[in-house]
Amino acid sequence: MSEAKETKGAAQTKAKAKPKRPKIPRQPMPEQDAHKRAKNFESVTLGYSEEQAVTEATRCIQCKKPFCIGGCPVSIDIPGFIQLVKDKEFLKAAQLVKETNLLPAVCGRVCPQEDQCEKLCVLSKKQDPVAIGRLERFVADYEAAHGEVPLPELPPKTGKKVAVIGAGPGGLTVAGDLIKEGHDVTIFEALHKAGGVLVYGIPEFRLPKAIVDREVDYLTRLGVELKLNYVIGKIRTIDQLMKEDGYDAVFIGSGAGLPWFMDIPGENLNGVFSANEYLTRNNLMKSFDFPNYDTPIKRFKNVAVIGGGNVAMDSVRTALRLGADNAYILYRRGRAEMPARKEEIDHAEHEGVQFKNLAAPVRILGNEDGWVTGLECLEMELGEPDSSGRRRPVPKKGSEFVLPMDAVIVAIGTSANPLIGQTTPDLKLNKWGYVEVENEETCRTSKKGVFAGGDIVTGAATVILAMGAGRNAAKQIQEYLETGSWWTPNGNA
Amino acid sequence: MYKILEKKIWSDEEPKIKEFVLDAPDIARAHQAGQFVILITDENGERIPLTVADKDVKKGTINILFQEVGKSTMCLGLLNEGDHIHHVVGPLGKPTHIEKFGTVVCVGGGIGIAPVHPIAQAMKEAGNKVISILGARSKDLLIYEGRMKKASHEIRVTTDDGSHGRHGFVTDELKAMIEEEKIPIDLVVVIGPPIMMKFVCKVTEPHKIETFASLNTIMVDGTGMCGACRVTVGGKTKFVCVDGPEFDGHQVDFEEMMMRQRQYLTEEKVAREECQKKTCLKG
Repeated sequence: MSEAKETKGAAQTKAKAKPKRPKIPRQPMPEQDAHKRAKNFESVTLGYSEEQAVTEATRCIQCKKPFCIGGCPVSIDIPGFIQLVKDKEFLKAAQLVKETNLLPAVCGRVCPQEDQCEKLCVLSKKQDPVAIGRLERFVADYEAAHGEVPLPELPPKTGKKVAVIGAGPGGLTVAGDLIKEGHDVTIFEALHKAGGVLVYGIPEFRLPKAIVDREVDYLTRLGVELKLNYVIGKIRTIDQLMKEDGYDAVFIGSGAGLPWFMDIPGENLNGVFSANEYLTRNNLMKSFDFPNYDTPIKRFKNVAVIGGGNVAMDSVRTALRLGADNAYILYRRGRAEMPARKEEIDHAEHEGVQFKNLAAPVRILGNEDGWVTGLECLEMELGEPDSSGRRRPVPKKGSEFVLPMDAVIVAIGTSANPLIGQTTPDLKLNKWGYVEVENEETCRTSKKGVFAGGDIVTGAATVILAMGAGRNAAKQIQEYLETGSWWTPNGNA
Repeated sequence: MYKILEKKIWSDEEPKIKEFVLDAPDIARAHQAGQFVILITDENGERIPLTVADKDVKKGTINILFQEVGKSTMCLGLLNEGDHIHHVVGPLGKPTHIEKFGTVVCVGGGIGIAPVHPIAQAMKEAGNKVISILGARSKDLLIYEGRMKKASHEIRVTTDDGSHGRHGFVTDELKAMIEEEKIPIDLVVVIGPPIMMKFVCKVTEPHKIETFASLNTIMVDGTGMCGACRVTVGGKTKFVCVDGPEFDGHQVDFEEMMMRQRQYLTEEKVAREECQKKTCLKG
């Protein structure tokens, strides 16, 4: 809170110097104290108060040609909803956001706004951009606390049936868009809970699961049918869905697949986990509350997380909350090259995560019983930029060092899930096993009537990109259902 | 929710062995020999992988057998006919590779006899001569003897205490078949405790008899997402839930698999004790 006071003071000084246009600083996000929160699973950020939200909204200069919208994968009317916040029409603001974004409470929390809408905010040329994400979260939370946005009136039923595979952010978006067009929509979810990465991957302290449940509930109230425990490719194939069960179109949004490991000695020792396993135990299965919940999780004292992305940050912060004395991030490049959001890196650091940058694991050491005892690493230095544009890490000869460790969590990405590809012979996959689409605008696969989007097409990406793909796919599915035409580069099929 | 239509208690001796017939028409229709399901007893429950032992596609039912070895299976065992299991997902894993091999020996140890049953059925249907070896600690713990008789051309039983069939292990019977009776065997399928599968593979390896071992590793999602089930097969890491559950037994690193199976022994004990404290296991 002291930060808020200081910045307010600074603004007043500036206001005296330039009486014409008082510069209001970007409103800071209230947070749970870093030391306290590192021991619990409650929300890290607490959200704006009404007053803060209105103050922040007044910073928006309502550009005639707003660039921010172009940075949003689902094209939210950003100046529009911010104006409504300024006018204290919070429910209307929420309604407006929901017209284009089905999951505002989620996106307001986990979108990388700094690389999207906020990056393009005109203010950012001279000062901090408008806190669009925080305002989005505010209106969504306000709506949840102050009554529901009424259900939109749906058009008469078209009689068309759409199957959505996977209840993650992509699939939920497709379902939400198409139910509003009057189609019958069924979501097939492999797990026993809907939400995909929102429930198994992103921890409670960053995205409370009650929010996801609320958003899913909204969809079912709209009439979307949700079939849990239904693994397409196993219990039903895509061909069966289309030929026997009468689905006119299918969207594949099955998400991330098998975790990548590093292929170094010792990776199958006890105490080595994929981030997917570690996070799934904790988030989906709630093993942090073991034995009240049946799924166990080990509580380790010294934990190394390999990787520098958001999943690595989620894992290392989870390890801290499960009682680790030393929780490390081991990343082979420098901090500037980390793909994680700066906010997540900062939060992790404030909570006590130790960063070992420019270090690459070479071997995991274990004892006779098969448990991890240490991690042998190699120091790296940055060389020439590689294909990703980031400077390539090069090992320093003879720089091996060993860190005593009880657990190693591997968060270096995932490959494609093979289940749908294995049972859909005419679905073209690329050489990595991801589903090939014509392009990310059309989301059309090689199989007529079948569309795909999200991680199963692009490999591991973000929630909002999957939602953007879902939005595109929904438009294309709608067109396909209306016209029946399946245009391909080789002509109509 | 999946309704329990029938319950059978195979053995009341600890650890108890029980069987449920579940109403699960979609799973029954899609299931093939060798595949498994994951079930969750209630909303706080863990995901328990269990192999389908039998099914009736017309009635839309599947049979699952389990041994009460931990809290989750004990709580599962408390359910009765008419009760519901919250979640059942499946079929999962690759089906067994079924073709006409010639003579196929199906080896089931303990509770492992249950998952061998549909494989024996399918192998017989495909025109193989099926000889099954069933192993148990004692006669009272032997399950599915009648059904295995039906699914096979011939069955042989071994018990550790000699109370039924040969006094000894399944490996003794298998060895006798190969070395003394000189029965030409084209394929062995084995399911049971890892240590038993390891020794069965050791028996068949010098004779170059192809051997499928169906692995029952720790799993969380079971759909190819978490990697908890990884095993080393032929020097490469494989995922039991999507690459398996069956592998070339001669290539499996059973030592590593058994080491990984021990990961949660402490937690399993805590869970059992907590559960007993709450007397949820009175019944």
